[in-house]
Amino acid sequence: MTGGSVVVEGLTRRFGALTAVRELTFSVAAGELFGLVGPDGAGKTTTLRMLAGVLRPSAGDALLGGRSVAREPDHVRPQIAYMPQRFGLYEDLTVRENLSFYADLYRVPRAERPARLERLYAFSNLGPFQDRLAGKLSGGMKQKLSLSCALIHRPAILLLDEPTFGVDPISRRDLWLILTEMIAEGVTVILSTAYMDEAERCDRVALLNEGLVLALDTPAALRAGLEGAVVAIRAEDARRARDVLRQLSDIRRASLFGETVHAVVAEWVGADSLRRELSAAGVRVLDARRVEPSLEDVFIQRVAGEEAHA
Amino acid sequence: MRDAITVRDLTRRFGDFTAVDAVSFAVRAGEIFGFLGPNGAGKTTTIRMLTGLLAPSSGSATVAGLDVGTRADAVREVIGYMSQKFSLYGDLTVAENIELFAGLYGVTGARYDDRRAWVLAMAGLEDRTDRLTAELPLGWKQRLALGCAVLHEPAVLFLDEPTSGVDPLARRRFWDLIDGLSERGTTVLVSTHYMEEAEYCHRLALMNRGRLIALDSPSGLRGSLASAGSLRGSSDVGDMGDVGVRSSLEDVFVELVRREGGAVVG
Amino acid sequence: MSGMGISLTRLLAVSRKEWIQLRRDPRSMALAFVLPLLMLLLFGYAITWDVRELDLAVLDQDGTSASRSLVEAFEASGYFTVVERLEAYREADAAVGAGDAASVLVIPPGFAADLSARRGAAVQLLLDGADANSATIAFGFADAIVDGFSRRVVLEGRTVEPAIDARIRTLYNPTLESRNMIVPGLIGVIMMTIAAMLTALTIAREWERGTMEQLASTPATRVEIVLGKLLPYVAIGVLDVAVTAVAGVLVFGVPFRGSVVIFLGQTVLFLVGALGLGVFISAAAKTQLVATQVALIATLLPAMLLSGFLFEIRSMPPLLQGITYLVPARYYITATRGVMLKGVGPETLWVQAAFMVGFAALGLFAATRVFRKEIA
Repeated sequence: MTGGSVVVEGLTRRFGALTAVRELTFSVAAGELFGLVGPDGAGKTTTLRMLAGVLRPSAGDALLGGRSVAREPDHVRPQIAYMPQRFGLYEDLTVRENLSFYADLYRVPRAERPARLERLYAFSNLGPFQDRLAGKLSGGMKQKLSLSCALIHRPAILLLDEPTFGVDPISRRDLWLILTEMIAEGVTVILSTAYMDEAERCDRVALLNEGLVLALDTPAALRAGLEGAVVAIRAEDARRARDVLRQLSDIRRASLFGETVHAVVAEWVGADSLRRELSAAGVRVLDARRVEPSLEDVFIQRVAGEEAHA
Repeated sequence: MRDAITVRDLTRRFGDFTAVDAVSFAVRAGEIFGFLGPNGAGKTTTIRMLTGLLAPSSGSATVAGLDVGTRADAVREVIGYMSQKFSLYGDLTVAENIELFAGLYGVTGARYDDRRAWVLAMAGLEDRTDRLTAELPLGWKQRLALGCAVLHEPAVLFLDEPTSGVDPLARRRFWDLIDGLSERGTTVLVSTHYMEEAEYCHRLALMNRGRLIALDSPSGLRGSLASAGSLRGSSDVGDMGDVGVRSSLEDVFVELVRREGGAVVG
Repeated sequence: MSGMGISLTRLLAVSRKEWIQLRRDPRSMALAFVLPLLMLLLFGYAITWDVRELDLAVLDQDGTSASRSLVEAFEASGYFTVVERLEAYREADAAVGAGDAASVLVIPPGFAADLSARRGAAVQLLLDGADANSATIAFGFADAIVDGFSRRVVLEGRTVEPAIDARIRTLYNPTLESRNMIVPGLIGVIMMTIAAMLTALTIAREWERGTMEQLASTPATRVEIVLGKLLPYVAIGVLDVAVTAVAGVLVFGVPFRGSVVIFLGQTVLFLVGALGLGVFISAAAKTQLVATQVALIATLLPAMLLSGFLFEIRSMPPLLQGITYLVPARYYITATRGVMLKGVGPETLWVQAAFMVGFAALGLFAATRVFRKEIA
């Protein structure tokens, strides 16, 4: 029993002269939460579309639950659920009508439907809105309905393309609660995201750029692999502090976050030397300390590094 | 410094429903001011009143010294607006979009040449002027949309979820541009529910159910809640100072909204 | 389609969904129910081929009582009005060319003499061929009038009653009411267009709204989706035809001589093909705008011009005649006219039915082939 495992082997997709996904190879264990991150055009959506069987690979293959998506997509479809980036449900159908449409498509036995619907309504808080047209739901509720439709047939593998796009923090929490529950039940989840705090929650993350995997590991290992150290500096004049830091030779990068500057130093020799250099330039430092790098720092270093080479 | 935006007891009712309920705050000139809140919190209604698109039911507000209730037309000339739902035309080229918005804002002659060059340089689109806008990657589109919104050098810039959906690198590039505008004195009001965007603001106003429930700097907001010991479910925050700021700011947001009795659903 | 079979549950789920969407979309409902009636009324009143009081110029070079009584026979028929008397043959052309008269009756010198000598007298009728339909019909009337006249002449002077009553009777459409021909034909033209337009939207709309991407990831097969989408439209189409046919009978007094069951049976066959064509266009176009435009052009013009509705197929050039075999409205219009006006049954209509089955099969096959559950 391969359950909900996913094995991707040399998956490639070309659009004319452009290669959107280039010999992608990775595997995801059943019950794992796997994240795809990367800039626009990295190939995240193309990869998920190929896994969902709505886009044919130019080369390579993927086995979902042991079945080949290239050769036997009809055997793959019943065990997966796919949530496209763009809302894929019918806006002129009500919440209930959308759910029962998808229940029919997956031939969910009638006897099991009430219990499943009740659970999904409880999860999503959509119960009171059963008769509302999907088009009249807020962004967050639409996504929760999408996820509910995706879960109606108890798929072994969930493929989610930026599931929290356009969703406010409250609904975002609800969505993650549902996902956490699914993972606890052994469902495999592969999702793409532009948000690094979501990537942090994944068991493993693949960082894609221009159709290639730049890095693939657990978030902790990715953070540990970052070269240099990250320092957070609060100064009276943050802009000036950033400009001064950018002139220093051992500073790789300095970015402004409102009132705070984040700097990546090649080698950590303590906060005092930074304070001294900034004071010498006339910047009064309120606070400077080493912080653990975030996935965002990792992302920027890796992707910007790639672009510098290109 | 003079306040670029002043809001006093601003209220807007739709029938029985009070979308914005006696909101007061002030934004300093050159400040990047974040406006947070769940759907239906009243952010959009407030911004519509500040941009002169909607008349207040009561209370008052000024933008760049102009009263939005009585001088809505004048207000619209000194502001720029960029929405997440881009107002750019996908079937026009980069250059044609700039030309169109320059025409709409009355930017002509030598000033047009100057501003056009400035926008192209700022967005990094100098060698892509003939590309169809629809074919640009999201990050480029956002920079072009920003360029079109500031063609006429507005005193106050309104941004509605400007960088949602883009990767961290593109987001950071965008906010470097915003910071540059702010440094030169443009006041920026950002409406968003993304903590990633909130991070880049000098101060944050949190709205829920039409009311202003918190107003502070990002670190101030985090500190106030952390010290009250009410942070929950923030496993990846720990005590590493600014690490995981995204999560912790989101925690603040969610916690404050919960204290207020939850968000409006629907 | 790897041998998973067709699931009726899924097919009906697609139909039900399509039906709900249709019900909630006022534009589609108007297209489905208001437009056919509107078209029927507009065309029914606007197009008329009835030829009455045709302007006739007369060049009587004989000037005898026999020639005068022939002219009287033309006038008495009610189909011709003498508007001009010509003096010379060269004026005939000018009279028609200037539009003063639609036809010219030329009676040559010696007409009466030939008649009494029983040599067979010739008369000439010049018709304005610019209006081919009127010309054809005028020719028919003139032929009948002259025929009747010569019979009388032959029997003249005899006291016996004629042994044979050889009066001409126009079969099936005795008063030659053109509406009787127009209405059944119109039903074909209208339904061809409406059916293709309705389904042309369905798949293109799902691509445009982004719902196809999610639908494509489900186990629903192409056949289930295409057939599921067709089903509600077949029902609507049959209802449409019934409503327009009833309106044709009630408003325009068109007879309905044949079997309703055969009529509806032919309708279903025709609709499946026309709807399949719409789905095919929709699947190939991927945007609603392109799909509607293509559907309109691909259906309305051929159905109007090449189906035998406006122009008789037999009088078309051979190439066009060949093309008409590819126009499904041709078979349906023949069938509707046959059932409504002649009351014919399967013994003659099986040919039409066979062609329409072929067309329906082709439409469905093309639709499912072209429709790919693929994003790019």
